[in-house]
Amino acid sequence: MTHDFQFGGETFEVAGEAALYWRAQDALLVSDLHLEKASAFALYGQMLPPYDSVSTLQDIAALCSKYSPAKIISLGDNFHDDDGECRLAEDAAALLVDLTRATEWIWITGNHDRAVSGIWGGEALDELTLSGITLRHEALKGDLNPEISGHFHPKFRQVLRGRMVKRRCFVKTPRKMIMPAFGALTGGLDVQDAAILNACDLTHGEIAEALVATQSGYARFALNKTGTFAK
Amino acid sequence: MLDAAAEGRHALLVAATGAGKTLAGFLPSLNDLIVPPSDGLHTLYISPLKALATDVRRNLLIPIAEMDLPIRVEARTGDTPSDRKARQRVKPPHILLTTPESLSLLLSHEDSAYMFATLKRVIVDEVHAFANGKRGDLLSLSLARLQTLAPKLQRVALSATVADPDDYRAWLAPYGDMDQVRLVEGETAAEPDLTILLPEGRVPWAGHSGHHAIPQLIDEIGRNKITLIFCNTRFLAEFIFQKLWDANEPKFPIGIHHGSLSVEARRKVEGAMAEGKLRALVCTASLDLGVDWGNVDCVIQMGAPKGSSRLLQRIGRSNHRMDEPSKAILVPGNRFEYLEAQAAFDAVTEGVRDGETFRPGSYDVLAQHVMGIACAGPFDESELLAEVQSALPYSGIDAATFARVIAFIATGGYALKAYDRFKKLVKDPDGRWRLSHPQFAAQHRFNAGIIVDAPMLEIRFRNGRKLGKVEEAFAATLSPGNCFTFAGMALEVESIKDLDLIVRAATKPATNIPSYMGARLPLTTHLAERVRQMLTDRPGWARFPDEVREWLEMQAYRSQIPKAGQLLVETFPHDKRHYMVAYPFEGWNAHQSLGMLITRRMESRGLMPMGFVASDYALGVWSLKPIADPRPLFSADILADEFVDWVESSYLLKRAFREVAVISGLVERQHPGKRKTGRQVTFSTDLIYDVLRKYEPDHLLLEAAWADARTRLTDVGRLGDLLGRAADTMLHVDLERVSPLAVPLLVMIGRESVAQGSVDDALLMEAESLAGVAMTP
Repeated sequence: MTHDFQFGGETFEVAGEAALYWRAQDALLVSDLHLEKASAFALYGQMLPPYDSVSTLQDIAALCSKYSPAKIISLGDNFHDDDGECRLAEDAAALLVDLTRATEWIWITGNHDRAVSGIWGGEALDELTLSGITLRHEALKGDLNPEISGHFHPKFRQVLRGRMVKRRCFVKTPRKMIMPAFGALTGGLDVQDAAILNACDLTHGEIAEALVATQSGYARFALNKTGTFAK
Repeated sequence: MLDAAAEGRHALLVAATGAGKTLAGFLPSLNDLIVPPSDGLHTLYISPLKALATDVRRNLLIPIAEMDLPIRVEARTGDTPSDRKARQRVKPPHILLTTPESLSLLLSHEDSAYMFATLKRVIVDEVHAFANGKRGDLLSLSLARLQTLAPKLQRVALSATVADPDDYRAWLAPYGDMDQVRLVEGETAAEPDLTILLPEGRVPWAGHSGHHAIPQLIDEIGRNKITLIFCNTRFLAEFIFQKLWDANEPKFPIGIHHGSLSVEARRKVEGAMAEGKLRALVCTASLDLGVDWGNVDCVIQMGAPKGSSRLLQRIGRSNHRMDEPSKAILVPGNRFEYLEAQAAFDAVTEGVRDGETFRPGSYDVLAQHVMGIACAGPFDESELLAEVQSALPYSGIDAATFARVIAFIATGGYALKAYDRFKKLVKDPDGRWRLSHPQFAAQHRFNAGIIVDAPMLEIRFRNGRKLGKVEEAFAATLSPGNCFTFAGMALEVESIKDLDLIVRAATKPATNIPSYMGARLPLTTHLAERVRQMLTDRPGWARFPDEVREWLEMQAYRSQIPKAGQLLVETFPHDKRHYMVAYPFEGWNAHQSLGMLITRRMESRGLMPMGFVASDYALGVWSLKPIADPRPLFSADILADEFVDWVESSYLLKRAFREVAVISGLVERQHPGKRKTGRQVTFSTDLIYDVLRKYEPDHLLLEAAWADARTRLTDVGRLGDLLGRAADTMLHVDLERVSPLAVPLLVMIGRESVAQGSVDDALLMEAESLAGVAMTP
């Protein structure tokens, strides 16, 4: 069993449940961190546990100690709302500063996403192309070049042997890759949802599949055409 | 009742169904109100069911109209229009009929002190049905509040016959002082005419449905005017309804009623019953309580009754003339269920009820109540604590715990003081707590309530007509074109859109029936004990049907019958595997939990377990290697070592957490038409649970979720007792082949889904290989 797969002529490794490690670029890719989501809800009286940013950043730090990447690229929806960056509590902010100092940290923001001022370090970019693969927040229809994006929070759910298995997943087509949400409190959208298949922008004969991370590698499920999952 | 009222005492009226206790409860109020009543609310009536409140209003209006009394009676439930609700607060009726939830909401209004100042009496109906659950917690807190607003308030509760009325007297009384509550006992009903139905004297080996008796059921429906057929689960109700329909040659009008049908569908069936248009109604616990239809003359219980109180309640649904016996028939589904039916039969004949367990009130309900009080106006912490402690379920709350509850409402109660800026409650200079912003009151009233549904999908036709609900987990197994049976109809899935399952009438036969989680009724300890005793009482076997008696005699010959207090464990090889079957009789929940724990322990000891199966009576485990000595597998330290680990990672605690998160107001509840769906609520509470468990494992809500999981979900108490005595009482019998007693359990294998090695990873890898997605990129 392997964690590796090929995409856009490059080798990627499924890192943990919701991140990718791009060996040739020595880059760790994460998406939809939604930092400070809990405090965004607390503003309106729903006092969710104030530990989501710390939890998310500790998970990134753990992947960093495993892969020691030179770059960390966060594919948008970095903070849950505009003020999130300013609300970041002391311990979470310290963790983020450590990470942005130790690596080349890039905040992808895109046209529609919230701006990142970078007060805790890192560089903000609309989008970025590396080795011919574009990294952006939301999949762009009609772009025929290989692209990795986030935004949709794909999640695999299926009843297997009478048990509902739910897990974040990647969506992969020959030209597009959609990352799951990495944030600790980010919900998911059923990977079978029409919005996701639509974003895949498939041309005739192309197959989309869900990649679900496991301890020893990942499981693959076809999202269209053959396979139990096609509907 | 009039005496108790004249003495100014609280009262508990215990009487059989049909004895007219509701009207008796109102007598003192009507007596007071005959003299031209002054304005203001005099009596508050609280029922666990909305429909009951409306029905009682109708029944009260008749004598009031006959006596031409100027008494205003109104109902207030979730269905009452908002303009009438607003008017009720300004100009209350003399008698207001409502539910625990609606009362709690009334108390959250600023004018509640004015509205309840004149209150003389409060009547709690069907108190046996909910006092020891979370709705009982909520109502006990509301009663404490009402007593503060109207200190001379008389509390009255009406109950069906219960094992120990003192439990309910204490629950009703301020400070649990039951001497303040006068016990009034009504007449007892005639003894029921109870039979156990054995189709041609046969008792099947397995199954729960009793569907082998369908031809006799049709005959029985023909013999009686109206028959109620109770099933223990919604799944079974659909199944039996279908079987009845297939065999319904006389073409009797038969209906179906259960809790997942749409309100419209249920009203329609209830209407047909009231008008006497149905000959039989297949139903579930959804009809254990409710509006009485006087013309039901036969009650049939499909499968085992699971408890004697429940059985009596169901029998009471027939024949409301006190002097004539109610007719009831038990249809056991298998041999163990026969024993259980016989045990229930004996209990009913002796008039013995199941004991009820009262547990301490839960923190999530307390949080909801305190928030409601805050919405009504500023409060003093120690004064409110004293009031809360006067409610029996919360008598043990100390100042420190109460402070945690208030901190939870104000800022989430986290060790990390991140939300001090966003406080929902603030302290005034005079030391009283008040809301920081009125919007939080609106938010509270929108989200308050005790019932939290599992994530469900609405079943509807394309024209929008709603049929009812199925659980998300069942819906996930469906694809367009699949057929299933619901509300007695064969339906075909057209599409699944967000939270709607769009269906049309099926053109091909449906094989699927939706099942619902947590639908299993627990076997009461009382009945379990009776079944154990019946096994040991060998002379008593003589009254059993031949098949059952021969089965037990063969067991005694080939293996052993456990003596009183013994736990029988058998080991034997079968079909190249090694089996271990234990007979604790502690109910499915406890056996299921035990099965998971024991297979884990077997795994770590290299016994290579392959699966397990549980029933209400026994637990079976099979493995590749033989179990030479089962004792170490049953030791009590399993609860300390593996149990916590297992529960924390299981869905049990996540489900419990979801409920406490909603009730306590941590997350907002799903509302029709709002974007936040049931699915998203489950999802986000699972994530919140994970984060909280990692960073603040001692949080109030995790404590509350644990308490819930302990009392309701896993029967840990029974499991603990079982394991505590297992070492001393185990009777291990090593056999060459399967024993007669083990057969009913083993034939369940393959029918019940046994998720062995139920690790998501393993299931995913297996599903992938099954799917055969062998494409290379």
